[in-house]
Amino acid sequence: MDSEITLRVDGRRETLSVDTRTTLLDALRERLGVTSPKKGCDHGQCGACTVLLDGRRATSCLTFAVANDDSEVVTAEGLAEEDEPHPVQRALLDNDGFQCGYCTPGQVCSAVGMLDEAKSGWPSYVTEDLDESVELDEDEIRERMSGNLCRCGAYANIVTAIREAAE
Amino acid sequence: MKPFDYQRATDADSAIATVSRDPEARYIGGGTNLVDHMKLGITEPGKLVDITRLPYDSVESLPDGRVRIGATVRNSDLAAEPVIRQRYPVLAQALLSGASGQLRNLATTGGNLLQRTRCSYFQDVTTPCNKREPGSGCSALEGWNRHHAVLGASERCVATHPSDMAVALAALDADVLVAGPDGQRTVPVTELHRLPGDEPEQDTVLRHGELVTAVELPSLPFAVRSRYRKVRDRASYAFALVSVAAAVEVTDGDITDARIAFGGLAHKPWRATAAERALHGAPATEEAFRAAADAELAEAETLRDNEFKVPMTRNTLASVLRELTQQEGS
Repeated sequence: MDSEITLRVDGRRETLSVDTRTTLLDALRERLGVTSPKKGCDHGQCGACTVLLDGRRATSCLTFAVANDDSEVVTAEGLAEEDEPHPVQRALLDNDGFQCGYCTPGQVCSAVGMLDEAKSGWPSYVTEDLDESVELDEDEIRERMSGNLCRCGAYANIVTAIREAAE
Repeated sequence: MKPFDYQRATDADSAIATVSRDPEARYIGGGTNLVDHMKLGITEPGKLVDITRLPYDSVESLPDGRVRIGATVRNSDLAAEPVIRQRYPVLAQALLSGASGQLRNLATTGGNLLQRTRCSYFQDVTTPCNKREPGSGCSALEGWNRHHAVLGASERCVATHPSDMAVALAALDADVLVAGPDGQRTVPVTELHRLPGDEPEQDTVLRHGELVTAVELPSLPFAVRSRYRKVRDRASYAFALVSVAAAVEVTDGDITDARIAFGGLAHKPWRATAAERALHGAPATEEAFRAAADAELAEAETLRDNEFKVPMTRNTLASVLRELTQQEGS
């Protein structure tokens, strides 16, 4: 059963007809050719498909495209300003925050969303005092980024890169 | 995946009417569990009614001290809400211990309550499972059952309820507000989920077409000293082997009130009333904490792979109570 939806993807307005079964991830990749969100597990367990959905990080594989009519989607590709990478992207490059790179676009979107959450004062499970402002030390970054798996195991440098980008 | 019709609900009454009259229709919130189940073939709805744009997306402090949480409030927003962080830290911590940042941004309060077990046999349609296919048998009884129940299970089903949030809500004596074709009703959260018995396919007491609209927290001033601790196979982003939600009131070194619930042990969030009774009036000592745990765990029945859950629960409860009562004394 098809349904017409409009998405704003990386600044472009896209109107398309989708089968209701199409996930947001598949709509982006297969219908719109936006391939920076990756299909890893397709079950919300790996985070490779993370995008910013109306400004918040979300797993695009666990939401149907039809449920996101009129939404704003920003992928890792849309975060760069012309030729200048986003500060999180720059920091991952500078710190060797990846090896194969498959999880990287999801890591980028997740980190950008996470830094916004921390800036808004959101606590995490490892935050000692729920009333205090958050300081993004290594434990905080690891906890907040735990939804993004990296099978190359580049975590040490991912954490360093995010700390750098947070400053 | 079977084709389905999708509708975005604009008002609750018509959403309830639509789902009530169609046995194949389901509500969808954040979708983090339901979409996955549709991919896995666990459930095949013919129609989805999306309730995320209904006006249930706020957290309100009521004049009588209660707090009402709308059913579509996202888990991340609820955990960040100042009134929850200050008055009910156990709930904020439980929410933050669950899933990942990107999933908490999607998942809703109502959906978190109604998520289904992560029993690997339930999620694998090639294996027998009484919860997924009544009468087909339970693969976990003699199978890999490290994550399974030690309290309140039946020979039909040994699955556990996966929610962290619901464990905190059980400790807090929250109420669940439900709207259905015949009007509204209130269900204490401790009575929302069922034990498996002979009908493990029924997770809750809700009837088809009923919609969770809100959760209400009682005032409970001593919940400012409350805590959620989750023990799991990795440091983050995993379901609980054992979890403890607790709030205690201590007066002159004695425990005068306690609210305790366990996660990871049963088919429902397990309100530990025997432990609470044992603690009532007891001194805040290690012996009393362990005696309370033993009182609750006396009926525990373990399986091949999950014997560890009994001592782990005892240790975790003692550790949480120690921390809460020391906090009180300092």
